[in-house]
Amino acid sequence: MDLIVPSIGLIFWMTITFLVVFFLLKKMAWKPILKSLKDRESSIQNALDSAEKAKQEMAALQASNEAILMEARNERDKLLKEARETKDSIIGEAKAKAQIEADKIMQSTRDAIQGEKVAAMDEIKNQVAKLSIEIAEKIIRTELSSDEKQKALVNTMIDEVNLN
Amino acid sequence: MNIKVSDFKGISKIKKLFFIATLLFAIPSVVFAEGESGKPFNAGDMILEHVSDAHSWHVAGDVSIPLPIILYSSTHGLDVFSSAKLENGVAYNGYKLNGEHIVAVDASGAINKDETAKIWDLSITKTAASILLSGILLILIMLAVSKGYSKRGTGAPKGIQSFFEPIIVFVRDDLAIPSIGKKKYEKFMPYLLTLFFFILLVNLLGLVPFFPGGANVTGNIAVTTTLALFTFIVMMVNSGKTYWGHTLWMPGVPAWVKISILGPIETLGIILKPFTLLIRIFANMLAGHIVALSFFALIFIFGGLWGHFAGYLTSVFSVAFSAGMLLLDVLVSLIQAYVFTLLSAIYFGMATEEAEHH
Repeated sequence: MDLIVPSIGLIFWMTITFLVVFFLLKKMAWKPILKSLKDRESSIQNALDSAEKAKQEMAALQASNEAILMEARNERDKLLKEARETKDSIIGEAKAKAQIEADKIMQSTRDAIQGEKVAAMDEIKNQVAKLSIEIAEKIIRTELSSDEKQKALVNTMIDEVNLN
Repeated sequence: MNIKVSDFKGISKIKKLFFIATLLFAIPSVVFAEGESGKPFNAGDMILEHVSDAHSWHVAGDVSIPLPIILYSSTHGLDVFSSAKLENGVAYNGYKLNGEHIVAVDASGAINKDETAKIWDLSITKTAASILLSGILLILIMLAVSKGYSKRGTGAPKGIQSFFEPIIVFVRDDLAIPSIGKKKYEKFMPYLLTLFFFILLVNLLGLVPFFPGGANVTGNIAVTTTLALFTFIVMMVNSGKTYWGHTLWMPGVPAWVKISILGPIETLGIILKPFTLLIRIFANMLAGHIVALSFFALIFIFGGLWGHFAGYLTSVFSVAFSAGMLLLDVLVSLIQAYVFTLLSAIYFGMATEEAEHH
């Protein structure tokens, strides 16, 4: 058989063999193999993607945790501050109230003292007047024991009276 | 593909020696048989006989396997018989073997040229048998690989599956996708994979020096013609408007240039593409076989000239050179399978290309 003349018989067998091999392998080998390869590649890709996603979610979670912690800390600070303010204001108010109360008590005490004082003064005045009269009575009684002395007193009195 | 070449480099020294020893005993024994037929040794005839197709498969020594002969002629009808019946030039049923050609003979034994012209020789020759064997082998191998995938699903590959997976992925990622593009490559994958593995398998089987290897399949022009025709048909079936527009009516060129120069050139180009494909692989593989066989022929040439001792002395060098050639041929086998598949993929890529705006 010649080297460079293609023989019909061989072309015939080659065509048949190649077609049979092609269609059989296409259906039973290449399609399932290529599909498995693709599936595997996509599953690996998915796994990588989800790992990356998990990582990001993790980071996001951490960030949100941080934020929550920060918020809690701020809240606590605010509460403490408010409590302090409330305490201060309560104390202040109480102080003011006590001051007012004290002032009131002082005033009423002062008033009472004043009243007592006036009453005492009146009492003293009355006592003084009574004593004065008694003393004057005693003095007059002694002064007016003689006629001359009576006369002299009348005269002084007349002198003192300005008859104009 | 580098993996395979480096595998050969990585073979331990003992294995290498064993490999060469196998060649030493296997190939010369086949070739010695040729010299025993009594005729003076003719290197040209021996080489041509080995690279040509035959109606029986020579195994070793005097043993050869007869192959079925299938003939059809409008006057004789269909004839199927064993090639053993035509051995040694005996006429059977009006047919005779003239060299490796089947010719029709008269009752007297003379060749009838008119009848011979009418014969359709569909015999399963050595090459055809090798093709059938390779086909069956390829189907068995790939079904085993496919089974691995159906068994393990998306799990890690194992065994034969992990051997073939990188090659399949290579064909997909380095041949199909860059040439055809990500959008359309999937449609061509089964064809490209079949083409690649078929060529690779017959190439490598052709390098095995003993039966059932050793057949010169891809160095046979009928085989490469058929493969190139398949590529051509697939290309034509899938060719789009853009492809024909760009080949026959190149945009941006004056009309007279298109009609008088570019049209004919491009039309010729369409036919030349599959033609270069079939010639390239045919010539490369044939040359590889011829060179390897030539080194062996040297043994007998020198043996014939200066006696047996010179022949044995030469055989040391010849075998060494042949072993080198064989390793080179492994590389050539891979490269030719790669190139054929790559060019087919590139042609498909051209045929399916979509319009770009210039």
